[in-house]
Amino acid sequence: MELFDPGSVLGADPGEAVVHFLGTWGIRMLLLSLMVSSVRRLTGKAHIIRYRRMIGLFAFAYLCSHFLAYLGFLVQFDWSLFLEDFTERPYITAGLAALLMLIPLALTSTTGWQRRLRRNWQKLHRLVYGAALLGLLHAIWQTREGFGEVVLYSVVLAFLLGERIWYTLSLRRTG
Amino acid sequence: MLIRKPDDIRSSEITPESVYRSRREFVKDLAIGGGLLATAGFSHSALAVSGQQMAQAALQPGDDLTPERIATSYNNFYEFGMDKADPAQHAHTMSTQPWEVMVSGEAAKTGKFDLSDIIKGLSVEERIYRFRCVEAWSMVIPWSGIEMKSVLEQFEPNGNAQYVEFTTLERPSEMRGQRSLFSGIDWPYIEGLRMDEAYHPLTLMATGLYGKDLPNQNGAPWRLMVPWKYGFKSVKSIVKIHFTARQPKNTWNVLAPNEYGFYGNVNPAVAHPRWSQASERRLPSSLLNQNRIPTLPFNGYADQVASLYAGMDLRRNF
Repeated sequence: MELFDPGSVLGADPGEAVVHFLGTWGIRMLLLSLMVSSVRRLTGKAHIIRYRRMIGLFAFAYLCSHFLAYLGFLVQFDWSLFLEDFTERPYITAGLAALLMLIPLALTSTTGWQRRLRRNWQKLHRLVYGAALLGLLHAIWQTREGFGEVVLYSVVLAFLLGERIWYTLSLRRTG
Repeated sequence: MLIRKPDDIRSSEITPESVYRSRREFVKDLAIGGGLLATAGFSHSALAVSGQQMAQAALQPGDDLTPERIATSYNNFYEFGMDKADPAQHAHTMSTQPWEVMVSGEAAKTGKFDLSDIIKGLSVEERIYRFRCVEAWSMVIPWSGIEMKSVLEQFEPNGNAQYVEFTTLERPSEMRGQRSLFSGIDWPYIEGLRMDEAYHPLTLMATGLYGKDLPNQNGAPWRLMVPWKYGFKSVKSIVKIHFTARQPKNTWNVLAPNEYGFYGNVNPAVAHPRWSQASERRLPSSLLNQNRIPTLPFNGYADQVASLYAGMDLRRNF
């Protein structure tokens, strides 16, 4: 099968290409999911909140695939190699920590869990900020040159976090 | 803990592999041509091992040529973008005719020279070299080029010339990467060698690959090729040659001194801070097979070049 041949349509280093693609889109989706509530507050379009769960689960799916592609195509399920990566390369540790933080969020994404957890649901889902920051760190750490992409993501994340802080403070003032 | 083992066999005492391999020829010669003739033949090959023979001797079993399509489409040439595919896509914008080279510093003959005048009359050789990138991938590439020594000797470097510094073209109008706002590199790209490294028979000024002229994305019209060093040392599209008494400040070393040294010798024992250098992915790889092979000290050229670094702490001088 052409896809699995050396130097296939995916280029000279297809494993690396696939892992990179999935990781990039995972981060983009994660930022997009964080954008939903900000945009809702800024534009007053309440209905868009319906898309947040779907976008969040897309991010989770991309990042799970990213991790599995890394395990399968780059580490080739060589566990000693994985252990070395995990303990000696901080960007791997950060990336995996970010993914682990997203697991409870994906599991409790259903309406049922949302009801059961009530106020705690919102608290639990604040983990997404930790995951986004660690995910971004994971990307920045690996950038050797050409900082345009990580600068863009950092600016977007800073804006989204800033908007939340501003909103919380303004609630406190009016309340 | 670092365990030091005394090197009791100096590398200069080790029989070069090419000589070792020719032992049957030697015995045959001995039988056919008689003692005197054969002895003369042997001493010739033992004393003057050519760069060509050194290159051949370093090739390992399984070192098949990388497909040309891969070597000319997967490149690091940040002057044209960060992605591996960018140089092949964008390097055509660089004009390489005419090509002037500025020679300066500690040499008798300095000034501006046309590339064609510099290489006129010098012999171009085919050399198959192992190529190891600092990013832990590798290829095997047939270069054509001129031994650096014969290029540099023309300029008659003087006794103060301890190092030679090479500079890549800086022409933002034709090199889109140099126009990027988010680049940490202070263009132009600079690399350098110690004079004894530059004069080593394996050090080439490459002018072609796969029997053709060098494509732009591979560093046209000429580039450095030092097979025992990581790829970032082999600076592309050279426009300046500067002889100097001081160690050049090479671009990656300036950008990240804890990750890239001046020497850049391939060394499986010294990890890059962010990844291991113990093995490499021989490209092209496939999704199901990374094609991982062990990395060799000096990229397999230890017999030929290790003596250049005798007594040096290679962990510190990485």
